[in-house]
Parts: sequence; structure tokens; C-alpha cells
Amino acid sequence: MTPDLHLWIIPVLPLLGAAINGFLGGKFSRQAVASVALLFSGAAFAMVLFVASRFSSLSMPHVEFLAPWIRAGEFQVDFSFYLDQLSLVMLLVVTGVGFLIHFYAVGYMWEEGGFCRFFTYLNLFMFFMLTLVLASNYLLMFIGWEGVGLASYLLIGFWFTKDSAAAAGKKAFIVNRVGDFGFLIALFLLIKHFGSLNFDQVFQSVIPMGAETGAAGLLTAVGLLLMVGAAGKSAQIPLYVWLPDAMEGPTPVSALIHAATMVTAGVYMVSRSHVIFERAPMALTVVAIIGTLTALFAATIGITQTDIKKVLAYSTISQLGYMFMACGVGAFSAGIFHLMTHAFFKGLLFLAAGSVIHAVSGEQDMRQMGGLRTKIPWTFWTMTIATFAIAGIPPFAGFFSKDEILWRAYQVSWVYWFIGLFTAFVTSFYMFRLWFMTFFGEYRGTAESHEDSAHHLAHDGPRAGAPAAHGHGHGGIHESPWVMVVPLVVLAFLSLTGGWIGVPGSLGGSNHFDRFLGPVFHSTIAAGAEGLGLAAPPHKETEGPEPQTGHATELIFTGISVLAGLLGFFLAWQLYYRNPQLPQQIAAGLGTLYNAVVHKYYIDELYATLFVKPLIAGSALILWHGIDQDVIDASVDNGAHGANEVSDSIRHMQSGNLRSYAGWVAAGAAAVIAYMVWMGTR
Amino acid sequence: MVPISYYLILSGILFACGVTGFLIKRNIISIFMSIELMLNGVNLSFVAFAAQWHALSGQIFVFFVMVVAAAETAVGLAIIIAVYRTRETLNVDQVDLLKL
Repeated sequence: MTPDLHLWIIPVLPLLGAAINGFLGGKFSRQAVASVALLFSGAAFAMVLFVASRFSSLSMPHVEFLAPWIRAGEFQVDFSFYLDQLSLVMLLVVTGVGFLIHFYAVGYMWEEGGFCRFFTYLNLFMFFMLTLVLASNYLLMFIGWEGVGLASYLLIGFWFTKDSAAAAGKKAFIVNRVGDFGFLIALFLLIKHFGSLNFDQVFQSVIPMGAETGAAGLLTAVGLLLMVGAAGKSAQIPLYVWLPDAMEGPTPVSALIHAATMVTAGVYMVSRSHVIFERAPMALTVVAIIGTLTALFAATIGITQTDIKKVLAYSTISQLGYMFMACGVGAFSAGIFHLMTHAFFKGLLFLAAGSVIHAVSGEQDMRQMGGLRTKIPWTFWTMTIATFAIAGIPPFAGFFSKDEILWRAYQVSWVYWFIGLFTAFVTSFYMFRLWFMTFFGEYRGTAESHEDSAHHLAHDGPRAGAPAAHGHGHGGIHESPWVMVVPLVVLAFLSLTGGWIGVPGSLGGSNHFDRFLGPVFHSTIAAGAEGLGLAAPPHKETEGPEPQTGHATELIFTGISVLAGLLGFFLAWQLYYRNPQLPQQIAAGLGTLYNAVVHKYYIDELYATLFVKPLIAGSALILWHGIDQDVIDASVDNGAHGANEVSDSIRHMQSGNLRSYAGWVAAGAAAVIAYMVWMGTR
Repeated sequence: MVPISYYLILSGILFACGVTGFLIKRNIISIFMSIELMLNGVNLSFVAFAAQWHALSGQIFVFFVMVVAAAETAVGLAIIIAVYRTRETLNVDQVDLLKL
């Protein structure tokens, strides 16, 4: 008998917070709004911790039924929750990092308008994200999936009076629709062929099926369609374009939704569906290729960005690419491991960037920063830890997860490994570039001298009607208040130590994390792969016990990737610390290539030409002018005009002249009589 | 015995006179009289058929028509007087306010 843990409480807690702040928050003071938001998100975290403490006593996977939802003959979908090692990790990340970012946001948003609206959305996001993670069937997952998209849209467009923010929100929503379309088709395929959307039932039906090594079949189709959905949500090629624009939202939102949690939903979904992917090698290869290309592509764009948040945005896309690369080579647990460490250090990077932006009164351009090291020491040191973590320098968290991915990738193909390694170098380079430009050298901004100016803008968004006498900026560059510093420190601690739970065997550890997630990814393979015999999918070696390749080889590879990270550091140090004028000369020397990268390879322009403009033109010409105006409007208008004209001609019969009436009556009577006579004679 | 066709022809002539008068006369009184003429033309055909078929209902119908015609005359004359008082004319072509 498994105990009932009331898992439904976890998502409902933030929903309650959102409801209270949403319906009543307008009358609350800021303190009350912040307390409600923190209380409910903190309670969700506490609940997850409680569940984690009882975790070992549960039999996996632990499914809890709450209420029936759809019952149509054989097909049924319930509100029920699915807890296993994978969802527990996700729960801890979402509620833990989520709570810290809520905490931070109290300080960051304190001076902003729409304080209560902000926390309503943030709590709403938590609700949907937890629903997504805990769902025991694809449909409930899809509800969470769409819900986080909605929350993301609302929060990107939080400063909706700003055109660019409103446009960015729309862009995110619309691009995500494209991905969701693929997801939905995948769900329909699952319903058609398995008659169910429950993870248990679908996986039970899939496990006996053989790997589709020869020809692509149902599972490949489902896998590819799910990947379309994941590419939309997790900002992979070709649907990544919305994420950089999403930086229009407040920085805590960028940290929580567009770095730490929501964008990793695609990785979670692919990992959750690993049973399907493992039997569709082609889909898995596509995942790996997309992930690898995205990682490289976004990292190169990151080099040339000057907006501190945009750099981090491209970095997020690139890191998500790593996670998909991991999934694509069958190393799902490595992907989830990187997801977790990434949540720590990328959340921290964004929060620290927010703190920097806060310090320099809303400036986001790194060219206007510099020398902030001594002025905001807490931010500097925490950001340093995060930068080292993302650059893959031991012993920080990112090193272990990234190294594991690269090692696993190498076992499948050296191409993945090489591109991944190069990306690691590029990542390290642009992150240290950001670090040097922001914290070292001379201060190049104007916040200090203009501290009396009433025109400086708060944070990342000028808003119509923002009070001129804004709280920030008094006293020039300043460290953030303690509510913002505490989450930075906690996340810095996690970024430092978070990787230690997954120390690989080659470094004397035992990779607890891999072992912890083992049952999720292992059990089905044992059941499935045995029967396959001939099929040797790439995951077989990676998910099993440590591969036969010696630890020595692995250590060499570890050394190489650390070297790549250090090389990035060295290059950034040379270019942005020692010789700050050199980058411009190099940029001028590279010419066209540099321009292409600065303009993000003209992908936005390409999409605008390929999709947006034809769509708008087609809509205007065919749907709007053609169908709406010429058919629908025209039928209504012409109907009215016709009635008008007919009545206009008929109304002259009512002349008021009695004798003409009499004539009509007589004519009518004559006609009736004639008719009757004619009928009679027939 | 006079054949029924004679009655019917006379009835038709009466009715046609009534219709013609109704259509061409401008004086309300004359129009009114034309209506009576049409009614009586119809009455004549009723009684002719009643006599032909020995059916009493045709004769009873004629009484009804007479009663209704009397009532109609009473109301109609009252309206004519009212019209004459307000418009000071009996020409229907000049009484044409009720139009669009």
C-alpha cells in the first residue's frame, strides 16, 4: 500500500497564491502581495521537500489519482499525478529556483508598477509548470505546456505599453504555436494507435515494439513531432527566434521562465518520452543534430551581442542545445543533470545581470558598463561563480554536467563531441567577455554623473507614465538590497556545489545523479532492448553500467574540455582586458562574416521574408480583402442593399391614392379568378 | 322558367359595372355606390343558385351580406362625413395622405 502524498497540493498552492493576488491583490499593500506570493511558492517548495523526504518509501513510479477528466469509451484521461525520480528532480528545480527568484523579484520589482499583477503571473506560471512536471498523461502535460506559454506571454509583455515588449510577447506565443502544433499531432497519433495518453499505458504499449532501425514508422513520426513541440518550447533551431526577444520581460522573468524552468520543459518532455525516442533512432539522431547545431549556432551569435541579457539569452539557447544533444545521444540523465545545473547557474547569471542593471539604473548595454567589480562586490562574486560554472571550469557545477554530455556524445560520434567542445570554448569566450566588459576596466557609463537626471530609466524597461522620481539611481551605482543578494548567494552556492552529486567515476566519484535517475531511464531499456537483439541503439552503452572504455580516456577528454574552457577565458582576457581596442579591429577585419553574426545571421529577416510577409500579404489579399471583405462582408452588405432596393421600388405602390389600391385589388381578384377558372377547366 | 344563365349574366354585368365605377369614379359617394352595386350583383347570383338547387343556405347568405352591407354603409357614411368636414372635398385623389 503506497501512501497518499496528496501531490495535487503542490501545483494548487501557487494557483491559490495567484488567485488571491489576482482577485484581491489590487487592494493589498506591496508587503502583503509579496508575502502572499512568497508564502505560496515557498509552501510549494516545502511540500516538494516533504515529498522528497518520503520518496524512498514509495514504489516507482508513484501515480496519484485526483479526479476523472475525460471518459469516452475506452479512452480516458484523468487528473492524476506521476511522481518518479525525473519528476522529483524537476519539482525540486522548479519550486526551489522558483522560490528564490520570487524572493529576488520582491526586491527587483519593488519600485515598479503592476507589482501585484507581476506576482499573480509568476505564481500562475509556477502552477502550470508544476502541472506540466507532475502530469501523468500527455494531455495534462499539454495543459501545463500551454499554461506556461500563456504565463510566458503575459510576462514578456508585462510592460505592455512598450511596443517592443508587446511584439515580443506575441512573437513568443506565435512561434510556440508552431511547436504546439507538432505536439498536438503527436498526441493524436498516440490516441489513434495506443488509445491512451497515460504515460503508463503508452509506454507499456511501446516497450514491446522493436526499434525502427530500418524504416521510419509510427514511433519516428511521434518522436519527430514531439521534437517539433520541444523545439518550440525550448527554443531550438528553427523555432528559437522568440527567446532573445523574450528578454523584453522583467529580468526575474527571464531568469525563471526563459532560462531556468520553462524553456527546459522540452528537454523534460523528450526525456519523459525516452521510451518512444529510444525506439526511433532516426528521431533521436534528429534531436542530437538539432541540439548540436543550436548549441553552436546560438553560441556564435552570443559573441557579438552587446546587450547583457541578449548574451545570456543566446547562451541559454546554446545550453539547451547541449541538453538536446545529450538526449539525442541517449544520455537522458546527463541532459537532466545539465538541466539542473543550468537552472542554477543560468538563473544566477540572469539574477546577477538584473542586479547589475539595477545598479547602473537600467542600462543593459555592456559597452556602457565596466569596472563594476568593486562597486557591487556581492553581484560580482556571485556572477563570477556562475560564469566559471557555465564555462565548464572545475569544480563548478557546469563542468560536471557539460563534461558528461560531451563524453557521452563522443561515444556516439566524434562529430557531436567536437562541435560540443568548440561550443564549450565559444561559450567560455563570450561569457568571460561579458564578465570582463561588465566588471573590469574603466566605467564607461553615465549613471554616476547623471544621478540627478529625472530621465534615467528604471531597470530594463521604460514605461509610459513611469514616475520620474524613481527610487533607483539615487546615489549612482549601488549594490542591490539584501532581498536580491540572498538569492544570488544561495544560487551561487548551488552553482558551485550542484555538480558534485554527479561526479563521474573517472574523477573518483560515483555519479549519484545518474544512478538516482537510473530507474527511470534504465528499466524500460532492460525490458525493451533485450528483445531487440539485433538493434543496437546508441543508448545501450550509455545508460548501462560505466562503459568499458577506460577511465584514462575519459580523463583525457575531461582535460581537453577544461582546456577549451580555459582557452576561452584566456582569449577573452586578451581581447577584453589587455587590449580592449583589439576586438573592434578584428571585427573590422572580418567584415561580412562579422556583420552576419551581429545581425544574428539574418534569421529574423529570413523568417520575415519567408513566412511573416507572405503570411501578412496573403492574409491581407486573400483572407481579408478576398474572403472577409468580398465574400462575408459583401454577402451581408449586398443582402441589405438588395432588400433596400427592392423595397424602394415596391414602396411606390403605396401611393395613398385610393383608386390605385382599388386597381391592385381588382387586378389581384381577377388574377385569382383567372387561376381558379384555369384550374377548373383542366 | 328563366334559365339560370340569364341571372348569372345579369349578375356579372352588375358586378362589372360596380368594379368599373369603383375604379374610375373620383367621388367617394359614387365609389360607395359602386361597392353596393358589386354586393348586389353577388347577391343576385346567390339567390339564383339557391333557387336552382333549392338550397336555403344561399338565401341565408344573402341576408348576411345585406346586414354586413348595411353596417358597412353606416360606418362608411360616417367616415365620409368626417373626411368632408376635415378636407372639404369628396375627391379621393385629394385624400392621399396615407402614403410612404
